[in-house]
Amino acid sequence: MNIDQIKKEFPIFDNKVQNNDLVYLDSANSSQKPRIVIDRIYDFYSKEFSNVGRSVHYLAVAATNLYEQTRTSVQKYINASDKNEIVFTKGATEAINLVANTFGQKYLDEGDEVLITELEHHSNYVPWHFLRKSKKINIEFAEVNDQGEVTLEEIKKKITDRTKIICVTHLSNVTGAILPIKEIVSFAHSKGIPVLVDGCQGAPHLKLDMQDLDCDFYAISGHKMYGPTGIGVLYAKKKWLEDLPPYQGGGGMIREVKKKGISYGELPNKYEAGTMATAQVIAFNESIKFLEKIGIENIEKHEKELLDYAVELLSKNNSVNIIGNPKNKGGVISFTIEGIHPHDIATILDEDGVAIRAGHHCCQILHEKLGLPATARASFGVYNTKDDIDQLNNSINNCKKIFNLK
Amino acid sequence: MNLKELYQEIILEHGKNPRNLRKTDNFTRDAKGNNPLCGDNVHIYLKLNDNNKVEDISFEGNGCAITMASASIMTDLVRGKEENEVKEIVTDFLDMIKEKDELSTQLLNEDEKTKLMCLSGVKQYPMRVKCATLSWHTLTSAMNNSQDIASTED
Repeated sequence: MNIDQIKKEFPIFDNKVQNNDLVYLDSANSSQKPRIVIDRIYDFYSKEFSNVGRSVHYLAVAATNLYEQTRTSVQKYINASDKNEIVFTKGATEAINLVANTFGQKYLDEGDEVLITELEHHSNYVPWHFLRKSKKINIEFAEVNDQGEVTLEEIKKKITDRTKIICVTHLSNVTGAILPIKEIVSFAHSKGIPVLVDGCQGAPHLKLDMQDLDCDFYAISGHKMYGPTGIGVLYAKKKWLEDLPPYQGGGGMIREVKKKGISYGELPNKYEAGTMATAQVIAFNESIKFLEKIGIENIEKHEKELLDYAVELLSKNNSVNIIGNPKNKGGVISFTIEGIHPHDIATILDEDGVAIRAGHHCCQILHEKLGLPATARASFGVYNTKDDIDQLNNSINNCKKIFNLK
Repeated sequence: MNLKELYQEIILEHGKNPRNLRKTDNFTRDAKGNNPLCGDNVHIYLKLNDNNKVEDISFEGNGCAITMASASIMTDLVRGKEENEVKEIVTDFLDMIKEKDELSTQLLNEDEKTKLMCLSGVKQYPMRVKCATLSWHTLTSAMNNSQDIASTED
């Protein structure tokens, strides 16, 4: 796989950012977009636009077909058994809110427990927190260990006879830990507990097979997968989508509406109320094709090489402290530098064109546990090279110089 | 953009060794402030005497070099000032960070103004303005004895 060639497919790298070549190390936040995705949005609006699923005119039928083609592509990409197990949302956040809301309504009562982990992004905690108030449920946290991972044993320890659902990240956006999802799901199912996986970081970087993972729900963010913003996917087993109540009410999700009663539409319409992000869904198909063309196994291998190289280089840099050391780790490195606050690091790196993130990365629970108010984070995408990592290291040395550190 | 203007020696020095980073005994007013986007936080403690003069001011918290230096310099400068004088200095500083080229208050001498102007480098870094202003907004809350947590997101 030729990274230089792949990088050329991303127009953002054609231009200088503040007179520097862009070294983009913030893909865990959001990935850059290949030209085919950008062009698809333009072409759709210019030549093919219509709302989907409603009118019978030519454009409407063609747009509906395109929209449904993305659903089929996603189904194949994640190996779901049925295309109606793919629900489009505005993002992974909405996907998790959908489950928390509908599962919460139907299955959670006072004193019931939702088991999450200390690694969770706010989007896999706050939606469940709402149910503390409305349903008086409890939220339990599986703890992170010194390596920055959550083990199967820890999950087992926190399961009680009140545990009604387990919600875990596939890949931590802070420590990079990849959780043993298949084992967690298998154990949870042996106790009759469904599992929701926050796949925001998993989907862009790992091979996905829903039938193999066997999880009940899997939330995906489109914009982290080289796709447009405003689009996410909720994968859910058909039995859940048939069983749970609708999430939002509106056009498109109904079968029949009378003054005295309403019946709801079939899957997948039941969960797609109102006009969806049509252009983004259609362009997201190009993101899937882009990933398939390169091959997710190749992406995994490339990002692992980058990770190993970065960990080795930064470990030699004696001021850098890498957060966590999980056995199974994705392309995310959070770090601190003794004597320089992460925000200062980010500002100084930015001056060299190196884009990283600093802060709590929407994981305040984890940062509190680590005793760190903030960390700096470099995260990788398919377009990154070892040169990018070298530039990161050089710019870190520049930080040290500015702060008079050795 | 110029990093040297942002990270002047005086900022680095105050950031590394912040003055008044402690908790005033028998404080009379206090307030907490945070920057929700980045998690920086400060807690300002004020002790006003019977004449409404700042007898002591201190802070606890953590944040970047700019946040810490700004709180450090601020707490040094307002000690001994009367309540209305403190308010004038706060307003003058915030106006300078927002739009004015210079400080106009007569309550600070040239040396003190020079110190404060070292923070003006953030003007070129819009995302960092909040770091420089956090402790000042929090001081205003403390002066007003507000129980609300001061936020840079107003």
